[in-house]
Amino acid sequence: MLKTVRERPSLQGLVLISPTMFWLIAFLLVPSALIVVISFGARGSYGNVVYTFKLDNYVRLVNAEYGHILWDSTWIALLTTVACILAGYPLAYFIARSHPTRRSLFMFLILVPFWTNFLIRIYAWMIILRGEGVLNAVMTWLGLMNTSLGQWLFSQVQLYTPGAVLVGMVYEFLPFMILPLYTSLEKLDPSLLEAAADLGARPWRAFLRVTLPLSLPGIIAGSILVFIPAMGMFVVPDLMGGAKTVLVGNLIRNQFFTARDWPFGSAASMVLMALTLVVTLIYTRTFGFGEELVP
Amino acid sequence: MTDFSVELRQVTKKFTSPEGTPVLAVDDVTLGIRDGEFFSLLGPSGCGKTTSLRMIAGFEQPTSGEVVIAGQAMGMTPPFQRPVNTVFQSYALFPHMTVTQNVAFGLEMKHTPRADIQKRVTEALAMVRLPGMEKRYPKQLSGGQQQRIALARALVNRPKVLLLDEPLGALDLKLRKEMQLELKTLQREVGITFVYVTHDQEEALTMSDRIAVMNMGKALHVGTPTEIYERPNCRFVADFIGETNFLPGTLAGCDGKRATVDCHGLRIIAETDHAPAPGTQVVVAVRPEKIRLHLEPPNTPNCFAGHIENVVYVGTDTRFEVKLAGEHRLRVRQQNLVSTPDLTAYFGGHTDVYAAWLPEAAQVLVE
Repeated sequence: MLKTVRERPSLQGLVLISPTMFWLIAFLLVPSALIVVISFGARGSYGNVVYTFKLDNYVRLVNAEYGHILWDSTWIALLTTVACILAGYPLAYFIARSHPTRRSLFMFLILVPFWTNFLIRIYAWMIILRGEGVLNAVMTWLGLMNTSLGQWLFSQVQLYTPGAVLVGMVYEFLPFMILPLYTSLEKLDPSLLEAAADLGARPWRAFLRVTLPLSLPGIIAGSILVFIPAMGMFVVPDLMGGAKTVLVGNLIRNQFFTARDWPFGSAASMVLMALTLVVTLIYTRTFGFGEELVP
Repeated sequence: MTDFSVELRQVTKKFTSPEGTPVLAVDDVTLGIRDGEFFSLLGPSGCGKTTSLRMIAGFEQPTSGEVVIAGQAMGMTPPFQRPVNTVFQSYALFPHMTVTQNVAFGLEMKHTPRADIQKRVTEALAMVRLPGMEKRYPKQLSGGQQQRIALARALVNRPKVLLLDEPLGALDLKLRKEMQLELKTLQREVGITFVYVTHDQEEALTMSDRIAVMNMGKALHVGTPTEIYERPNCRFVADFIGETNFLPGTLAGCDGKRATVDCHGLRIIAETDHAPAPGTQVVVAVRPEKIRLHLEPPNTPNCFAGHIENVVYVGTDTRFEVKLAGEHRLRVRQQNLVSTPDLTAYFGGHTDVYAAWLPEAAQVLVE
């Protein structure tokens, strides 16, 4: 038996991937299939699932009542992604350009927040952003709350607003953007920037023509890593958005745990998956995965 | 008004090493590179040649002193405003751009009209003899081809000075020899001043109009290849360029350019440029190929009896190690004028010979 495995490379491959295969089949493929089946069913009077084949759940989802939830979720996930790129790029660039001995320290600092429970960090944000919170106190102390601009700024990020949800989401997902960005920026040969300068490019043009295109794979990888989980996020909108911001993640959770309407929740899960796939596909079709850009 | 393309005026560059110790990379270097000249900075690694080049390009700022390009003091002028272009050691081609885009980059930065760019890129690629590669990416080219693209990308801008940082270092020997001749021809054609950094003395001797030999941040000897090889001005230059026998001794006397040196029992007559005072400790430098071995003593000065201790056959010539009186050892190189598989054919198997060289073939150098 062992001998035949050793002699046949194809069998070796099968042996090597079988644990992962088993895991994926048992805990991803089978449950997903179940969700598909349930999504066509109906809620029984006691919250049980009645197996039928109806499209009612999907029709309900695109109705005016729920349709905006899908739209809001996609929109806030896209905003989170863009904000993570804008906030993460300068930081990743700074780390990649710093002295090699410092880089690992900086990357360590990026990862330090993960040592604390995610919920606790979100509660910390709630204390910062609430009406009488830390941010308000600091802005009052600086005299900013006396100006209409200061008041407007605070109202945009105050707890239980969509802005607060965005702050929480960006905070949570920023490291997932920084890590791939850092990896692609760190690989960038500094002599390429010297060559650009040597050929007459001012720093800003060298950035646009050399650094940015060569870091595109990092931007793409980071965007995928941020956008996909952001689409299904429900803890941040729950805690920081209050009842005002319901995203598809909250919807799904509520259907399973509160409304006990599993078929409707399953349909929402399927739509979330489809939406994520479509947006990711459009994105990668437009920009590619970025590998072809880098030697 | 000077006819120098590039001047370094008392340029010094200090770095701080990662351990915090100061490093003197370039130490008070003054030299002038003439218009249209092929000038090499030659020296071992860490001698300051690349730092000097990077200061001309503007990637580094001198700690003190001044870099002057085409009569203009550069001061803090950034690289993108200097009338020079660089061919990098690693080529530094933009991997996400095609050959055309790479070569056109410098022209685009200067807002050259599109039609002109097209024409000049085509010309530049023809000049480095690489037409038909326009649509390729750098990774689809061989090392030699990438090297040519790097050259085209720099030359297309028609810089006043082209800086080359060991551009042939990554190529194999045969290709390197070809490119040496090509670069030299190209430089004559375009008439642009080339400043060429290399650690390969043969490369420098083959290509350069003039060479600056550098060591420990200092430019020790600036001169033509023959001056550097035949009349090195110090022991380091004589030792670094080619092979040299050094015979330490005391200067006995000087008659114009002719010096007599006592070398532990040998009385050697050699040339000197410095005319040091008698009694000075000196070394006599004589190249292995300038020494002749004889069976009978020839009636010339500088003829010493010796004993062949070692014979190494290297194809074009044979290298002998000859022990002279007073524990001196000489390396001698003789061209293989006769074709024979028998090493003993030279000197008929005798090992007792006379080594002789002309007084003008030897140099007196002050230690």
